[in-house]
Amino acid sequence: MKRVVGELGVEKVHVWRGDRHVLKGVSLTLRPGEILHVSGPNGTGKTTLLRVVCGLLRPEQGRVSWLGKSIAAIRDEYQAALAYASHEPALKGDLTALENLRFSVGLKRRVAPAELRASLERTGVAACADLPVRVLSAGQRRRVALARVLAMAASLWLLDEPFTNLDAAGADLVSGLLQSHAAQGGLALVVAHHDLKLDCPVRRLELAA
Amino acid sequence: MWTWFYKLASPPHVYTAAAALAPWFLGLAAIGIGYGLVAGLVFAPPDYQQGDAFRIIYVHAPSAWMSLFAYTTMAVAGAIALIWRIKMGHAVAAASAPIGASFTLLALVTGSLWGRPMWGTYWAWDPRLTSELILLFLYAGVMSLRSAFEDPARGDRAAALLGVVGLVNVPIIHYSVLWWNSLHQGATVAKLGRPSMPGSMLWPLLSMLLGFMLFYGAVLCTRLQGEVLNRERQAKWVREAIQS
Amino acid sequence: MKVGAWGAMILVVRRELCLSFRRPDQLLQPLVFFLIVTTLFPLGLTLQLSLLRDMAPGVLWVAALLSSLLSLDSLFKSDADDGTLEQLALCGQGLTVIVVAKTFAHWLVSGAALVLVSPVVATALGIPVGAFSIMMLSLGLGTLTLSWLGAIGAALTVGLRRGNVLLSLIVLPLAMPLLIFGAGATDRAISGVSPAGALYFLAALCVFTCTLAPFAATVALRITLE
Repeated sequence: MKRVVGELGVEKVHVWRGDRHVLKGVSLTLRPGEILHVSGPNGTGKTTLLRVVCGLLRPEQGRVSWLGKSIAAIRDEYQAALAYASHEPALKGDLTALENLRFSVGLKRRVAPAELRASLERTGVAACADLPVRVLSAGQRRRVALARVLAMAASLWLLDEPFTNLDAAGADLVSGLLQSHAAQGGLALVVAHHDLKLDCPVRRLELAA
Repeated sequence: MWTWFYKLASPPHVYTAAAALAPWFLGLAAIGIGYGLVAGLVFAPPDYQQGDAFRIIYVHAPSAWMSLFAYTTMAVAGAIALIWRIKMGHAVAAASAPIGASFTLLALVTGSLWGRPMWGTYWAWDPRLTSELILLFLYAGVMSLRSAFEDPARGDRAAALLGVVGLVNVPIIHYSVLWWNSLHQGATVAKLGRPSMPGSMLWPLLSMLLGFMLFYGAVLCTRLQGEVLNRERQAKWVREAIQS
Repeated sequence: MKVGAWGAMILVVRRELCLSFRRPDQLLQPLVFFLIVTTLFPLGLTLQLSLLRDMAPGVLWVAALLSSLLSLDSLFKSDADDGTLEQLALCGQGLTVIVVAKTFAHWLVSGAALVLVSPVVATALGIPVGAFSIMMLSLGLGTLTLSWLGAIGAALTVGLRRGNVLLSLIVLPLAMPLLIFGAGATDRAISGVSPAGALYFLAALCVFTCTLAPFAATVALRITLE
């Protein structure tokens, strides 16, 4: 795997949603090999922060930078280098798991079906590859979404509550994937309610109300 | 240089500017409309073809003009707000929309009243009337879209985009009498070359037009003050201004 | 290896077609609506074919407009509801590529399908066979323009409560010139006069819309995604 080049910088980001001041001057930096755990009570803007970092939401003040450049200037390049897993699994119910992966990952890079099946195998849902997603359980859908993140081969992982709907084995799987991603020099920003029990060091950002 | 512009567009500045300008606009508008009405309704000679019925032009033509002017203002303000993220642009667009819609309605109604003696019918589906009606629907669409969003910031941006998209209709309305065989009379004032109206009829019309424009400015400034206060109600300067 | 813009567009079109054909009933509903609406006019107005012929172009076009509006709601809604719209937006190809591909695929299954079904409807309304080619050409251009206007409207109203009503409110005024020229072209073809003028205008509207609407729709979608 090629050496990951990347550095994420968030500088004093403010976001208002209507009258609510959701993000109040949030700053952080992330370098290759680092995992940042964003935590905080409900309503403190964790998902909002993730969407700002994705580039979906433009902050009223502050900036997000990738490799020193503002993401607004290099948006397409930046978004090609990231993988976002939202709170919902974000899968089309009428397509099979494999097709879902093909149509999302295939937009980022040319990928053979065999490689997608391997990703599904790694997250434990190889048997579901040719089943329509609507017949899968919530836990299986979460695993398919994880397989998508894996298959994208992105430098920056942005995960919103990746442990939802997963059993203990699933939680271990997520932890294992994060660890190997960091070991390969990847960056990860994880929003989660519970603590991350990883072997590698995890930085923490606590958002207050 | 741009910081000067951004300072100009800051909410407290816009509020004080609007508050200061409104009475002046209103006063000058009263003069313009007053002179226009008196000179046009009383002193201008009757038209050789239409007699006294033509006098409705003194209300109809300025309202039609203002309906286009207000829409353009709304669209441009919205575009400025979208591109350069100047929030006061959204305030101007929001304040302008209902005024423009009212002018459009006035133009359609006065036009309809004029159509009866001139063409024998209250309504005809000719290009100019149809496109002016479309303009009314566009105003309605922009206002509905703005209010349909729970987050007012997103509503503003969506309405601004729709305003810009609908801007295409404005030149169509204006040039429709030139491009198609229209029942509606051609351009008498807004064309290159000398206007095809005698001075005694023209001056009151121009005065009414100017008066309507100033009236639009006065109402816009008044509404703008309300919009600014509403949008900035969390800001410190608003709370201080209310308490004082 | 990176995927180019063309490759991405083709992939998205394939995705859309794949999804549409997995739900054939949803594909057919707007077409059935088109057939039903055109039936309403003769039943409500007059049953004499010779009189119907005069109204036929207008009736056909209004029905096409309304059934297109019905299907436009689904352009972005399903993706917005299950979160896949964000995934598409973040694919790194730029939102415009996605919007162009989705709108084109949507036109293929709604507008183009409408054009293919139109001869059936036209016969029921008394339009002579000689006018069919002009009618289908004008409908083709018109539905393409409408898909684009609808894309802007759909992008602005996706996720709103009663969004489909607001969508109609926004799109119909913008589509009125389309109706005038489209029905006008068909009307002229029926009466034997050259429809060239109206067709040129329709084509101009189509080109104008297809060129500028993608950018407007992209901005609209970004506003919605925030």
